[in-house]
Amino acid sequence: MAMTSIQVLITIAVIAIATQLTRALPFILFPENKKTPGYILYLGKVLPYAVMGMLVVYCLRNVSLISSPFGIPEAVAVLCVAALHIRKNNTLLSISVGTAVYMLLVQVVFK
Amino acid sequence: MRKHWYAIKAAFPYTIPVMAGYLFLGMVFGIMLVSKGFHPLWAVLMSVFIYAGSMQFLSVNLLTSAFNPLSAFLITLVVNARHLFYGISMLKKFNGTGARKPYLIIGLTDETYSILCSTDAPEGVDSVSFMFFITLLNQVYWVSASLAGSLIGSVLAFDASGIDFAMTALFVTIFINQWRTQREHLPAVTGIVVPALCLLIFGPDKFIIPSMVLIVLVLTVFRKTIERRA
Repeated sequence: MAMTSIQVLITIAVIAIATQLTRALPFILFPENKKTPGYILYLGKVLPYAVMGMLVVYCLRNVSLISSPFGIPEAVAVLCVAALHIRKNNTLLSISVGTAVYMLLVQVVFK
Repeated sequence: MRKHWYAIKAAFPYTIPVMAGYLFLGMVFGIMLVSKGFHPLWAVLMSVFIYAGSMQFLSVNLLTSAFNPLSAFLITLVVNARHLFYGISMLKKFNGTGARKPYLIIGLTDETYSILCSTDAPEGVDSVSFMFFITLLNQVYWVSASLAGSLIGSVLAFDASGIDFAMTALFVTIFINQWRTQREHLPAVTGIVVPALCLLIFGPDKFIIPSMVLIVLVLTVFRKTIERRA
């Protein structure tokens, strides 16, 4: 440990406060007892649909397409999840099969 | 009491994919932190009060470099800026949740958000309790896993690498569910195309903020079209 315990504590506190600030800010800016602008309500309604795609990209952000294994395990597993989910529409099934396929690919096939 | 039990039973199935991901990532976090010479209690403290996966991994770096609270503060704001979107889309749903509202806000991780924004409580289950227990269960998984990881250190019994893909898979299934229920696909398409382009241009560490700005821009420009078709 390079820092003293007090410094560690301060750093953790600062990170915690900044994190919770990003979570709380919308609720502080648009409190319940005041009318939220229509534009913000509109964003609140459509953002979830845009965020889910962003989260998928975010999860896959460190996958390299130009070095081995070229994102193949991720591509195969995502397609598996999608195909299964479109056909069977069973969230737990899609996730467990997709994850098992992915683990098999990274642990055995592309080791 | 019985009411709570119903809500927990209703909430639990939705948290199973998150449990798989959190147990693994939480353990990895705990292992990482103690490997840098920190006491396991630090891991618990961080998972309780920071409770943000990618930020906690980054914190391990910050805690092992020189003491600089200001830069830690700014880095955290940038890394977690995506939370702003979650708050904005939960303004309505968290309205009137009373005493449990602060915790719903504090516990709003990527994964909890993805469940809460796409799921309504089953019939007969109190929706505030339902949201509260989804949030709480997820954090329980995360905190216990960080503690377990920090206690067992680097002695992992089996190779679990790749299990964190459960998280990606969860987001893919929710994406498809949302696609089914929406007639207007422009927001969903924007959410894939814009971040993908930004990732190519700005790289994995810097693409989220430009993505967020552009997504809001596109949704603002096409507001009339989207509202008409939705």
